[in-house]
Amino acid sequence: MKKEPFSEMYVNGKVRKAYAVLSEWYNTCDPDELTQKQKEAETLFRRIGITFAVYGQGQDAERLIPFDMMPRVFLESEWRLLERGVKQRARALNTFLWDVYNRREILRAGIIPKHLVLQNEAYEPAVVGIEPARNVYSHIVGVDIVRTGLKDFYVLEDNCRTPSGVSYMLENREIMMRMWPDLFKQTRIQPVEDYARLLRHTLESVAPAKCEGEPTLAVLTPGAFNSAYYEHSFLADQMSVELVEGQDLFVDGDFVYMRTTRGPRRVDVIYRRIDDAFLDPLCFKPESMLGVPGLMNVYRSGGVQICSAPGAGVADDKAIYTYVPEMIRFYLGEEPILKNVDTWRCSESDDLAYVLEHLPELVVKEVHGSGGYGMLVGPASTKKQIADYAERIKQNPGNYIAQPTLALSTSPTFVEQQLAPRHVDLRPYCLVGDKIELCPGGLTRVALTEGSLVVNSSQGGGVKDTWVLAD
Amino acid sequence: MLLSIDHQTSYRYEHPQRRIVQSFRMTPAECESQQVMGWSVEVEGACFGASFTDGGGDLVQTMTLSGPASTIDVKITGTVRTFDTAGVLKGHQELNDPGLYLRETSLTRVDDAIRELAAETACEGALDTAHAFTNLVAERIVYSPGSTAHGHTAIDTLQAGQGVCQDQSHLLIALARSAGIPARYVTGYLLTDAEGKYHEASHAWTELFVDGLGWVGLDPTNRCCPDERYVRLGSGLDAQEAAPIRGVSFGHGTEIMDVAVTVMQMAQQ
Amino acid sequence: MLSRTAEGLFWIARNLERAETYARLLQVGYRMSMTPSPAGGYESEWSSVLAATGNADEFSRHYDEVNERNVENFLSFDARNPSSIKNCIASARNNARANRVAVTTEVWEALNHAYLEFRELEKDRNALKKIPDLVDWVKRQSATIRGSFLNTQLLIDSSDFFNLGYYLERADNTARLLDVKYFVLLPTIHMVGGSVDSYQWMTLLRAVSAVRAFHWTYGGDHSPERIAHFLILNPACPRSLFHCCDRMEYHFSRLAKLYGTSNPAHYLLAERLERFYEADIRDIIKQGLHEFLSKFIADMGKLNNQIAESYLFER
Repeated sequence: MKKEPFSEMYVNGKVRKAYAVLSEWYNTCDPDELTQKQKEAETLFRRIGITFAVYGQGQDAERLIPFDMMPRVFLESEWRLLERGVKQRARALNTFLWDVYNRREILRAGIIPKHLVLQNEAYEPAVVGIEPARNVYSHIVGVDIVRTGLKDFYVLEDNCRTPSGVSYMLENREIMMRMWPDLFKQTRIQPVEDYARLLRHTLESVAPAKCEGEPTLAVLTPGAFNSAYYEHSFLADQMSVELVEGQDLFVDGDFVYMRTTRGPRRVDVIYRRIDDAFLDPLCFKPESMLGVPGLMNVYRSGGVQICSAPGAGVADDKAIYTYVPEMIRFYLGEEPILKNVDTWRCSESDDLAYVLEHLPELVVKEVHGSGGYGMLVGPASTKKQIADYAERIKQNPGNYIAQPTLALSTSPTFVEQQLAPRHVDLRPYCLVGDKIELCPGGLTRVALTEGSLVVNSSQGGGVKDTWVLAD
Repeated sequence: MLLSIDHQTSYRYEHPQRRIVQSFRMTPAECESQQVMGWSVEVEGACFGASFTDGGGDLVQTMTLSGPASTIDVKITGTVRTFDTAGVLKGHQELNDPGLYLRETSLTRVDDAIRELAAETACEGALDTAHAFTNLVAERIVYSPGSTAHGHTAIDTLQAGQGVCQDQSHLLIALARSAGIPARYVTGYLLTDAEGKYHEASHAWTELFVDGLGWVGLDPTNRCCPDERYVRLGSGLDAQEAAPIRGVSFGHGTEIMDVAVTVMQMAQQ
Repeated sequence: MLSRTAEGLFWIARNLERAETYARLLQVGYRMSMTPSPAGGYESEWSSVLAATGNADEFSRHYDEVNERNVENFLSFDARNPSSIKNCIASARNNARANRVAVTTEVWEALNHAYLEFRELEKDRNALKKIPDLVDWVKRQSATIRGSFLNTQLLIDSSDFFNLGYYLERADNTARLLDVKYFVLLPTIHMVGGSVDSYQWMTLLRAVSAVRAFHWTYGGDHSPERIAHFLILNPACPRSLFHCCDRMEYHFSRLAKLYGTSNPAHYLLAERLERFYEADIRDIIKQGLHEFLSKFIADMGKLNNQIAESYLFER
């Protein structure tokens, strides 16, 4: 079972083509200069990062996500494979969403058990029957991918609601270009700066039919106290659209308007960064004052587009995840390009028995958990931890799923003045509108602790720039 | 039967409100048991828009009113020709899968007591079970107007042993879902008879989904199936989701709501 | 621009200017407490200061006695006073945070710095035993923030809303300062022109940092009439009611041009300004300075509400 994890940089002791330039460059660098640069990068990041920090509250105010200056590199050929795989998944997930809110063919065909969808908390009855522009429900799909071999990519999970972190992808690149201009001159790295323009285009392309002329877009945020507020304001700024809160919007007749100093202005497309439950007190939580009363009625009657659609979360639910390969076959008639990780659902007794027996070699997650909290990494846990966790699973089996521990690939990371292998994952951002676009890059998260497989920033993870080399 | 309906809801505000937004689910859909001859929903000074038909086949409209407003009067008048279909909902157009109505909501949550009661009472077939549950609720829950508060759940109702039509329906829904029978909350109007006993003109009952038959209406308050005295207005997972009016107003102070409903039988033409 | 953003900027400016006025009021009280009270005076100088803030009722809810210590605390550090320096700075900073994209980094940093430093000052109040230190600190912060705004902020509608708030608050505050002097400090008409009176008028000028400017304009004549003229009608005085209204007119006109339409708030201000052109200080005093100032303060209140309505600040 013990096998060296795949190294992104070396194969059989030789530097892979993707890392050739980087490696050569690194060898010519003076270690002192590198340390110096690392400090500069930190300062620079802190200066931009300071804006991340001020929005945080209390203890978190000064906590920044550590930035590693050694990029993670893909060859164009490798990226093309990933790109096809991610786009395929984004297409299948959106078709699934259209299907479960309209004809429910996949349920009729018995491919996914009815109750997993219809009784799923993320399945939104208020959306049944709606056909949004271009039949797109999830306009930004973030797919979390890990690599275990040269051609082996696995999807850990899909994010169909409002995946975050794209501001890091853009800021990381910005800093790298400022730090190492020469390196960028020597290497042909595909730019990511187009992302905001693509996002804007995607949102414009799904304007509702009732919209005349150029659509007005807005980013809807819960407000300055939200931990991702920086990203919300960053994206609004980059797209040159208004950043609105619920209180800025109101419904009148068939449409939604924002209050501006020139008077009410109609909003056609809302890129919302608030959860379904807080969108509209007339439809969801009646006590919520974050949302816009009547918004859902306007949405349902085609007066505004909400991106992503309310109810899109049913596609990224952990219980639905296991069926994504089947979805791809059912809707697209294709074989999945990216693999799913084998998953045991503890709600099923056979699976539960297997999981309890094999805990030391499995990763166990809570069905609705996120951020790496509440999970068990079997191989890295003590006997006591495993025994305690087993009790928790037995208490409420339906709350857990288990997966084999994957040997995540490692990427060279600058630790204590030298390069050391650290485990990484990847989240590319796929935009779905009139076209399906994937920005050549993404967010690479790195587990900074030696041997650790947990890349979440809340658990000591850092971030890296992600390069896709042009052929 | 030809029924005429006059339904007035008025809101009075302590202080004038800047804006009022309400979502109406107040137009009956056509089906074999009812033919809508005329229907109007009016609010003076309001703007109507953003209307659509939801997954349950009900028409939803949005009313917005720019203030300052101290009162709103929602006036509904209509005429509906009704037919007795023995409680079975036929010819009703809707998109929702019955399986959807197995979802639990906070008002229809099931606890051990409800689960046990459902298991004890359940019969062989779904239709028999549906009737058994209806009788059970009628026996266990004494109809007593004014006995319950807003937000009362099925669990509360079973414990209290009394309630109004809303509470009885929630309990029936909880029992049915616990037995794997899809169930939903229905709002509507009822022709009051001479005695007036138990009857309210503005009424709520339940529909259970029986394989082979489809949705079957059951009124635990009157221990019967809806007949030609009933006009079906709309449905939802529970009273909150099916509410004829859901609204928000912007401004300070309290609001007082008054409702007056009359349902009358008109001479057949 | 979003109405919420315009409202935010408007209130950042109002709160900053109010904090500064409170600091200046503290200075007035502090200096007056070092001079003899006018004979027959029925209120202490601290009551006058309190009256000038328009918050005396709130004060009496929380304090038994009007004295230096209590008033100083109420105006500077008391979180229960909605307009305390503490609350003004925090509110300005939070408004900037909620509208972070609408202010430049320089403005944000200046505001955030003031906010953080005030929290430090608060922790170590003994370091600030003397009111003058606090007053200087507030004036310095206010100047830095306003300076950053003028130097870095784009001259688009956002700057107009900021300046409207700034001048509206300043006009209101100058009127209140004047009113306190004339109405509260002077128990009888005989006092007018006496040496104590003259001293107090100078204190007032000092509070608005205008002693030298006044001398430069009027020579050594400290007559109340001259001082009232200076603070009400002189367009050269940066705190005069006339100047503040004139600046508001400028910003309203810019907005009208930008938006292609005027609105009731603009009309209201224009009408108010019109009356200044025709005003004579002797008539104002003859008809009652207090009445004039009360009317003006009420007008500013109306203007504030009309701005909120005209630019959709209200939800």
